Amino acid sequence: MSESSAVPFRIQGDTGEWEVVLGLEVHAQIVSRAKLFSGASTAFGAEPNSQVSFVDAAMPGMLPVLNGECVRQAVRTGLALNAQINRWSRFDRKNYFYADLPQGYQISQFQYPIVGEGELVLELEDGATRTVGIERIHIEQDAGKSMHDQSPSKSHVDLNRSGVALMEIVSKPDMRSPDEAGAYVRKLRSILRYVGSCDGNMEEGSMRADVNVSVRKPGDPLGTRCEIKNVNSVRFVMAAIDYEARRQIEIIEGGGVIRQETRLFDPDKIETRSMRSKEEAHDYRYFPDPDLLPLELTEDFVADCLASLPELPDVKRARYERELGITPYNAAVLTAEKETADYFEALLAESARRQGKPEAELARAASNWVISDLFGALKSGDRAMASSPISAAQGAELLALIADGTLSGRLGKDVFAIMLETGKDAGVIVEERGLKQVSDTGALEAAIAEVMAANADKVAEYRSGKDKLFGFFVGQLMKATGGKANPAVVNELLKKALAG
Amino acid sequence: MMTNLTDLTLAQMRDGLRAKSFSAKELAETHIAAVEAARPLNAFLVETPEHALAAAAAADAALAADAALPLSGIPLGIKDLFCTKGVQTTAASKILDGFVPQYESTITGKLFADGAGMLGKLNLDQFAMGSSNETSAYGNVISPWRGQGNAALVPGGSSGGSSSAVAARLCAGATGTDTGGSIRQPAAFTGIAGIKPTYGRCSRWGTIAFASSLDQAGPMARDVRDCAILLKSMCGFDPKDSTSLDVAVPDFEAALSGDLRGKKVGIPREYRLDGMPAEIEALWQQGIGWLRDAGAETVDVSLPHTHYALPTYYIVAPAEASSNLARYDGVRYGLRETPPGGTLADMYEATRAAGFGPEVKRRIMIGTYVLSAGYYDAYYLQAQKVRTLIARDFDLAWQKCDVLLTPTAPSAAFAFGSKSDDPIAMYLNDVFTVPSSLAGLPAMSVPAGLDAGGLPLGLQVIGKALDEQGVLNASYALEQAAGFTAKPDRWW
Repeated sequence: MSESSAVPFRIQGDTGEWEVVLGLEVHAQIVSRAKLFSGASTAFGAEPNSQVSFVDAAMPGMLPVLNGECVRQAVRTGLALNAQINRWSRFDRKNYFYADLPQGYQISQFQYPIVGEGELVLELEDGATRTVGIERIHIEQDAGKSMHDQSPSKSHVDLNRSGVALMEIVSKPDMRSPDEAGAYVRKLRSILRYVGSCDGNMEEGSMRADVNVSVRKPGDPLGTRCEIKNVNSVRFVMAAIDYEARRQIEIIEGGGVIRQETRLFDPDKIETRSMRSKEEAHDYRYFPDPDLLPLELTEDFVADCLASLPELPDVKRARYERELGITPYNAAVLTAEKETADYFEALLAESARRQGKPEAELARAASNWVISDLFGALKSGDRAMASSPISAAQGAELLALIADGTLSGRLGKDVFAIMLETGKDAGVIVEERGLKQVSDTGALEAAIAEVMAANADKVAEYRSGKDKLFGFFVGQLMKATGGKANPAVVNELLKKALAG
Repeated sequence: MMTNLTDLTLAQMRDGLRAKSFSAKELAETHIAAVEAARPLNAFLVETPEHALAAAAAADAALAADAALPLSGIPLGIKDLFCTKGVQTTAASKILDGFVPQYESTITGKLFADGAGMLGKLNLDQFAMGSSNETSAYGNVISPWRGQGNAALVPGGSSGGSSSAVAARLCAGATGTDTGGSIRQPAAFTGIAGIKPTYGRCSRWGTIAFASSLDQAGPMARDVRDCAILLKSMCGFDPKDSTSLDVAVPDFEAALSGDLRGKKVGIPREYRLDGMPAEIEALWQQGIGWLRDAGAETVDVSLPHTHYALPTYYIVAPAEASSNLARYDGVRYGLRETPPGGTLADMYEATRAAGFGPEVKRRIMIGTYVLSAGYYDAYYLQAQKVRTLIARDFDLAWQKCDVLLTPTAPSAAFAFGSKSDDPIAMYLNDVFTVPSSLAGLPAMSVPAGLDAGGLPLGLQVIGKALDEQGVLNASYALEQAAGFTAKPDRWW
């Protein structure tokens, strides 16, 4: 499915243009205090093997008990992706041996996933949109972590992650360029964060992607795909696709054929390497887990999940444009991340309260301030919106001081800088530093008179037609008032005084 | 005071303790001595006299304060498939050699909470896979019964340590587990009673898994009343087992009645096997007569898929076992074999080769095969369908009757080695017990008579789901009519 009006992405090969076909399987760690089938904690960064229950370590006789919160989060995620919720689903065992897989099998939903088909709409840079189909979402447990660099002769295993709940979100092969794949991961992450079902933190491994890549001549049937495992950033997803697509094209154009296989992405060399071929693939011997009953959801449960969803980014963006009159660009930026939208809405509400005006009237200025001033400050301080040093209430106070003329735009920026530096409120800074804009005509007229007296020669030059000197007088006046003079009032009074 | 405390039934012990006829300490010490004296039976893998004595001390204090619990001071044997906190638990496999759980299984926890003590951990077929107790890594359990020419006999399996210990008066009651007959067949072989409750009645938490969809714990004791008493303590909903049933537990003993007026007993015609010994057929007919005498009406019923039960069982159970036993890999606990310079796969292979016995390996391989790509549909999936049909057979039978009466096993206990080279002959032992296991139904074996060689034979009562009471009551009627008093002569 594609509504894209943009020029299709093509890779130029020796034999002509190639199209890339992409599907993603995103593993997203479900936000929950406890693991999928045990009561052990899921906190990141704990001492190795400190968050392991008897169940997670697969001690003899231990049994899994499903964590209802993980089910709820998966259903909410499915609803946020407009997906079919399967009222009956089942847990299967995926059998394979590895040292960090204590049970010797992973409990997963192979045949009957909890969530079926849905969709995700991407906004591309050129303003075009593309709808990417969601094939399914299923719940499964994570494995532990093997560490091969702790000892020259032994491997170590950390089971803290063992049993942590994951959602595997499988897309249809609907993407056609690295940019689209990147946009898909960003948009999916945004929705997961809105829903609160995954923190989307790719650095900590809360979200990682397996990327299926194939190439074909436009119009040809699908080519043979390779799956690139465990790519853990948007940038790497795009780089891995670019490398892999070119690798496949080179092989085909060299007369070779693509073998279906699983490949690893090397983030240092920016290349993919063969992990195992289809022939070497495991026989996972899936079968229904006899320790767990099929999962049946009531209508009420699904309805409660739906009612618990927040306003999602697409709806919010449209509302910003429609009701608040914010530019499409600003609306898109402000709604891309839940934290930004939350901040903006708090700022707007507080501004409306302070200034006694409807939000729609203040939204444009507020959106500009967030996107230019606040974003700039956060970026230079390398901070996230969630840890903004300036609260929404503080921002609203600053905006009110600008709006009522207490501060000029320039002074506003100065005060903001001081706020960032000291953490103090805008009003306190204005008070302490006497930064209040001078709009009092009497005081300004006196200052103008002084400046004109001190620069009588320049006054004469101005009056003889050297208009450019007006700027000089403004500068002198600002200097004399410590920058606090209201520029609009200054302009008016100065013009009058110079005219004689 | 009674001269031989070990001859008492569990109910008699309980009542004698309350009447202050003897103390719990005396009871425990007598049993501890019996266990020590009976080491030639090889019924116990670990003896825990300190546990039994501590429970006895607590029981005597409770009895003195008139605060006795249902099982205060009763010393029990615990099948070594139940994890016991601080006490080695091996499932009779080398792969768990030296494994000491840091947790208590729900079943043993409930029994101990009701005041019972533990004399020790009972031997079994390795991972409960076997019908003769010949697959234990720690040696065969010997039945206290003797065959012709004083031949040593198998105690049945897999709960062979339990059956041997109860029959030899080493304990009045023991825990067993039953996957395809592992409580009922050894009970029949040793002249004791044993009940497998409805799947889900007893929590599986902390019990080493063989085949999760079939495994059920249950009591083994010398009579029906004692089974009823133990069953009440063992049953109950456990939120730690997702397949546990959240239903009330009745007072089975209080409702025990051999009056079967108004009850209908089904006699399934498919349980009449070609080549079955005539004396088993005769005993079955006698059982039918006894139940009629107790007021029941008997009706012929058909369970047409019965002869598919064994092959179905030997697909489903090994399939689950192949996955359940994957955790025994040498990484975290139990045996670990590390060939010099070997890889992870080498460690797995060496550990599992050394740790698992031949029967366990056979079932892991069968299970792996039936779940493999290309065979799953033909074996595992087909077996699941047949399992549904077998369960439906029973559902249809319940339209005509309340319980079913069948023999427990197709023969009396046999000599060591007589079937161990022929897995199929061994598997046939389970022919009467497996169908009710596949259907998850309660079923009990009760001693009903002796064969020509003087060896015990059992009859089996199968009931509707959650109708343990109906099963116990029909068994009680059989027990009263049979008047089974035979016991093995002490030779050890």
